Amino acid sequence: MATQVTLKILRYDPEKDKKAHFETYEVEADPLDRILDVLNTVKWYKDGSLTYRRSCAHGVCGSDAMRINGRNRLACKVLVRDVGGDTGKKIQIEPMLGFKILRDLVVDMDPFFEKYKSIKPYLINYEDAPASSERLQSAEDREIFDETTKCILCGACSGSCPPYWSNQDFIGPAAIVNAHRFIFDSRDQGSDERLAILGQGEGVFRCRTVYNCTDACPRDIPVTKAIEQIRRAMLYNR
Amino acid sequence: MSTETKTTQHQPADPVKKINRRWTRSGGRPRPSSNFELFSWYFFRISGVLLLFFALLHLLIMHLINNVDVITYQFIAERWASPLWRTYDLLLLVLALTHGLNGVRVLIYDYIHARGWRTFAISVLYTVGILFLLLGAQVILTFQPQLQNVAPK
Ligand code: SF4
Ligand code: FES
Repeated sequence: MATQVTLKILRYDPEKDKKAHFETYEVEADPLDRILDVLNTVKWYKDGSLTYRRSCAHGVCGSDAMRINGRNRLACKVLVRDVGGDTGKKIQIEPMLGFKILRDLVVDMDPFFEKYKSIKPYLINYEDAPASSERLQSAEDREIFDETTKCILCGACSGSCPPYWSNQDFIGPAAIVNAHRFIFDSRDQGSDERLAILGQGEGVFRCRTVYNCTDACPRDIPVTKAIEQIRRAMLYNR
Repeated sequence: MSTETKTTQHQPADPVKKINRRWTRSGGRPRPSSNFELFSWYFFRISGVLLLFFALLHLLIMHLINNVDVITYQFIAERWASPLWRTYDLLLLVLALTHGLNGVRVLIYDYIHARGWRTFAISVLYTVGILFLLLGAQVILTFQPQLQNVAPK
């Protein structure tokens, strides 16, 4: 049931191009193919210079977040028919906004991971664990931060966030989500440090509740809600 | 003492010191270590809810119940004869102005990144804001109703 699919891809080669520009490709694809498969078809049979990141191809590694028809998605989780590619609609593929383009669909994620590291994304506990057991936690306490444990650091949320686009210092939703994961963990003792970091000018208060992050997250994490919970924690726990 | 749990002597890091930590490579601005952003955010919500009440009532009285053509010097003078309405108008002035200024401040922080320009914009904003606040407050507080002296139309 292969059909003709038209892709419009934003291309940029730092060695040749002054500016990024769109190029159009016509390829055969099945409505049930993923966008990643279609990109592979282009790369393998049409234009080997097309560059993009991918690894697991199953929505786990978070390396192929990109802007598909204006929305940040994982190319390996969107089907051709999801975006109407089988009905003759053009599929527009761009690198995520808010990041520097390195080449084609590959963006510079370094600042993103700097911000991620700045919120101390590891367990902080100043007491040694009981020698005979692990640090225990009730199922209810685990439930509190369950959603934010699911993040795969794809960057789709931060790259969809207008304050993030306009302000390169804003820490961004992804870092906040990962701070949330530890702030509300009953075994962690670093909440004060993290809340102090997020309470600065470029922390949670740069969020304008646009909800783009919630729409973009491939793991269905309620990102905006997590940000709001952190603000409330700041308000009530002072 | 339990032999199972040894407590080591780590001191939790001083959160105020952590405030100066940077996460980008784009050059530093000193950050205030206060709760200013939290306060500003909270104030936004509170003033927003209050303004809903104050501004709507103001519109109702000044534009719907009383048509614009009955609002004369006489009308205002009578209204401001009561300290209650002066307080009401003063509150409306302060809330609307600070709520608006806070909004513009946030916009400036979103879109003006160069340090000098940002300082300039914030200074202009605060100067204009304080000026308007003083002017408005001065009128509301020092206005002397002169009911008799108003020449009839
Ligand atoms: S919160 Fe969701 S969108 Fe953001 S980085 Fe994590 S998985 Fe990606
Ligand atoms: S390739 Fe791993 S998430 Fe898509």
